[in-house]
Amino acid sequence: MFLRDTITLSLQAVISHRLRSFLTALGIAVGIAAVVLLTSLGEGIHRYVLAEFTQFGTNLIGITPGRTSTTGFSGGVISNVRPLSLADALALEKLPRVLAAVPVVQGNAEVKSETRSRRTYVFGVGSDTPLVWQFRVAQGRFLPGDDPRTARAFVVLGSKVKTELFGSVNPLGRRLRIGNEQYRIMGVMASKGQLLGFDLDDAVYIPAGRALALFNRESLMEIDLLYAEGSRSEEIARRARQLLIARHGAEDFTIITQDQMLDVLGSVLNILTLAVGALGGISLLVGGVGILTIMTISVNERTAEIGLLRAVGADRRQVLGLFICEAVVLAGIGGIAGLVIGAGGAWLLGQVVPALPTHTSWSYVVFAELLAVFIGLLAGVLPARHAARLDPIEALRAE
Amino acid sequence: MIRLENIERTFQVGDEQVYALRQINLTVRVGEYLSIMGPSGSGKSTLLNILGLLDRPDKGVYHLDGRDATHLDDRPQAELRRHKIGFIFQFFHLIPRLTATENVELPLTLAGVAPAERKQRVMAALAELGLADRARHRPDQLSGGQRQRVAIARATIMRPALILADEPTGNLDRASGQEVIQTIEALNAQGMTIVMVTHDPELGGRTRRQVRMNDGRIAHDSGADDEK
Ligand SMILES: Nc1ncnc2c1ncn2[C@@H]1O[C@H](COP(=O)(O)OP(=O)(O)O)[C@@H](O)[C@H]1O
Ligand SMILES: [Mg+2]
Repeated sequence: MFLRDTITLSLQAVISHRLRSFLTALGIAVGIAAVVLLTSLGEGIHRYVLAEFTQFGTNLIGITPGRTSTTGFSGGVISNVRPLSLADALALEKLPRVLAAVPVVQGNAEVKSETRSRRTYVFGVGSDTPLVWQFRVAQGRFLPGDDPRTARAFVVLGSKVKTELFGSVNPLGRRLRIGNEQYRIMGVMASKGQLLGFDLDDAVYIPAGRALALFNRESLMEIDLLYAEGSRSEEIARRARQLLIARHGAEDFTIITQDQMLDVLGSVLNILTLAVGALGGISLLVGGVGILTIMTISVNERTAEIGLLRAVGADRRQVLGLFICEAVVLAGIGGIAGLVIGAGGAWLLGQVVPALPTHTSWSYVVFAELLAVFIGLLAGVLPARHAARLDPIEALRAE
Repeated sequence: MIRLENIERTFQVGDEQVYALRQINLTVRVGEYLSIMGPSGSGKSTLLNILGLLDRPDKGVYHLDGRDATHLDDRPQAELRRHKIGFIFQFFHLIPRLTATENVELPLTLAGVAPAERKQRVMAALAELGLADRARHRPDQLSGGQRQRVAIARATIMRPALILADEPTGNLDRASGQEVIQTIEALNAQGMTIVMVTHDPELGGRTRRQVRMNDGRIAHDSGADDEK
């Protein structure tokens, strides 16, 4: 018997009970739609978050003071944690294949122009910040490459601070008071937007050494290293670790490469996608039970037909195949409908709510469709076996 | 063609053993036209089911075409049914959702005959039985006589050597019944062996050989055609 004929016969049986088949397939369709829609959302969020985190570039290594250890001690034991200093940053910058090191201190302060003032983020950074963080300067220049320990009092404005304090007036060369010191405005950054709710445009950038003094801190909060394209992040991290241990006498700092961070983030987000997918999978299971029920009813209703099939030469395997195929056809139709609804729904959601990132991943879609067919198979086996085992004479007497 | 030796068939109904067939000995030659008559419950259908390999005897031996067919597995049994045997039932047993064409086509489909050849053979068979203009009708759009003729087309589409008919006119009016009997007799004239169960003494009288059953036994056998 040809597979094509088996499918045709199954389709004819499915079509003959239009409403019933529709409702049964709907169960699977809802399940598949849920899986596709939810994983599309999960995958969209995954991509969105990764894009957010890689907008500063990918060849980055972050070093923070204090050691995050698995024994439960963190930066809490201050006494033997030496501060991360500007000198550390300078030394790290000299490592081979390291292109730049940016010392980072961050805090909040009042900034005042001649006429207006505003509380804003103040970043103490180095002159290579635009390169390392992939920021663009819109106007003027970024901080000059002074020795960070004795850097001159220059400031670069985030785009929002610029408009708030100066409106459309050109601020270059004007003075800005931060804390008790006067700074001269060197440049204005291009708008960068938000990072997870953190407005990067509502900030000003001053030399790290001055920020340390401003916030009365001893240690940098972070040193960001940018390494050359094509280098292995672990290798650079190893060299940086050796250097700092030599300088500090102990490993009292934490090194995280962007790769590691993305890995961790990626696996967390994958679990998220899988979890929402599994949620949709539960509705698929319910759809599978629907198919099992309908196929059981169908076999009972069609005992005479099964007897006839046997009389005209069908063996048990053919009867089994016909009924399993029918269940699979039901599930397959539901699966395709669900796919259209789910992918269409995800697309529509993306159109209606552009802030909500959706991305329909085809591997999940194929998986969902295979799952639907598999569920049909599973749900069909039991009733089909019942049909195949029917005694043909009993079946023929059932009229 | 058929040789039954000491066939017995019992059914378990509750705690009781019901004898449907006892000590059946019967030989049918190729091309015979044979009727089985007898009161209701005398075992006629059971005998036909055993002949058609839909049922197995509890005791005895069944030879079909010189081959022991008593203890065949499911697949060779199905194979024999498909190629050697055609069934005609009292209640037609057409599949309601399929057209006349598709119903007749079913044995060919199950046997794996290619679609093009199927169509051709089915159209020829329907035309031969005067059903060409009913090819696309479903069973519920056909009269009883037409349904039975569709069922006959289905039973004969594989060109089987043996036709088993269980009260083929039992559900038809006289005129339709006459038509159906003539169709069956035409098949016999083409060389098919016919075993027909009937209640109707008039129909039974038309066959060349008559077997009468009572209480699971063969009460009377008029003898093979050529022994008369
Ligand atoms: N599947 C069955 N289960 C139990 N008893 C059966 C079954 N088939 C037939 N019988 C019994 O066997 C006997 C013969 O039945 P059957 O061959 O149908 O008779 P007929 O066709 O001559 O009317 C009857 O007593 C009937 O009740
Ligand atoms: Mg009967």
